Amino acid sequence: MRRIVVVGASAAGLAAVETLRREGYDGTLTLVGDEPLAPYDRPPLSKQILAGEWEPDRLALRADDALAALDLDLRLGVAATGLEPAGRTVELADGSVLPYDGLIVATGVRSRRLPGGGAHVLRGLDDALALRDRLAPGRRLVVVGAGFLGAEAAAVAWRLGCEVTLLEPAPVPLAHAVGTEVGEVLTSAHRERGVDLRCGVGVTEVAGDGVRLADGERIAADEVLVAVGSVPNTEWLVGSGLAVGDGVVCDEYCAAARNVYAAGDVARWYNPLFGTAMRIEHRTHAAEQGMAAARNLLAPGAGRPFAPVPYFWSDQYDMKIQAYGRLRGHDEVAVVDGDLAERRFVAVYRTGDRVTGALAVGMPPKVVRQWRQAIAARAAWHDAVRTEVPMTKAS
Amino acid sequence: MKVELEADKCVASGQCVLAATDVFDQDDDGIAILLEDRPADELLDDVKEAVAVCPAAAIRLVEQ
Repeated sequence: MRRIVVVGASAAGLAAVETLRREGYDGTLTLVGDEPLAPYDRPPLSKQILAGEWEPDRLALRADDALAALDLDLRLGVAATGLEPAGRTVELADGSVLPYDGLIVATGVRSRRLPGGGAHVLRGLDDALALRDRLAPGRRLVVVGAGFLGAEAAAVAWRLGCEVTLLEPAPVPLAHAVGTEVGEVLTSAHRERGVDLRCGVGVTEVAGDGVRLADGERIAADEVLVAVGSVPNTEWLVGSGLAVGDGVVCDEYCAAARNVYAAGDVARWYNPLFGTAMRIEHRTHAAEQGMAAARNLLAPGAGRPFAPVPYFWSDQYDMKIQAYGRLRGHDEVAVVDGDLAERRFVAVYRTGDRVTGALAVGMPPKVVRQWRQAIAARAAWHDAVRTEVPMTKAS
Repeated sequence: MKVELEADKCVASGQCVLAATDVFDQDDDGIAILLEDRPADELLDDVKEAVAVCPAAAIRLVEQ
């Protein structure tokens, strides 16, 4: 293998090229990114960057010299527009054609939008800086979507003195992911601070000066942020023959086709640890999967299944939320440590007869890590969770 | 090789501890602690893994 192309220059793509070099690949290595920026970190966009605590130069994932040492054919500011697997070429928006022996797709996701215009989204550095410029004491911000991203942005805007309205279509924000009780605990943090959280509210249209609700009501705002999830960037693969369905469909080795792998937010792969296909939009996952895809590309036939315990964290007000495993689709939630009301607890999640997830707020890392071990070891629920612990049914 | 940790960038994910238990730990707030800034050669692969998975890019391995 003498020519490898990695499409996508964020966390997953960077991890892939670094791993390829670390594993001894010394051929041509092309890294394509549609943003004109060297690989940078996204989680701080809705935290330190939006809050004005960090300047953008702190986001660089690697120093210039470390990037130069990878000896990359770096194509930034140009999107991939097509893939031709039979001829093994990638086409770019500037008309160039890149032949490859091996390909890693790491094109990520983009923000889902709502009908209308003039609203902010929060995905790239330009998005974060545009919103940050508009946040100031007394300004009215409507956030559509009370998932983790919307909740983080609402918390930052509240701290900056904005009047924040947080709109959520579900009866309890995040309930589908973390369960009703935990979802209520997390969202009580908004209400206590005077953020106007309205649940069960559908938004039909956004504009620069407000939003229109499904019942016809209009909410006026100085700024609107839409945080209603994301869409995998797979349009450039249409007609390529790769299976695409809410992401690039991969096997347990992250392979989408012969010598074609996918990693990061865009990859839907089969995770043998949980026995199901999943697509994960978490920062640490992107790096782990970029590494796995790179190793498996270099060792076809001797690859290792990618079976991680997903991990994510979220900072909201004074809460540090950490979660391991798979919470979605759970059958039962149990609080095994701490106290929900104090917002200092560990909740664990049962799917079938196994411990499949854990979510902690404000708990020491060692306490949380032991539950990660249980998930990785496929621990049986009745062994890991003592029966005298009060349990709650799933939503 | 010397390990450098920028604790003020750490986001307390604990990924370094999972990758290289002999080299990293976390304090009660989850912030990473360097146990060994000049790890033995047989630990270097683990440290490189920690550098790669750190979500905050807070760990570096430098030639000394």
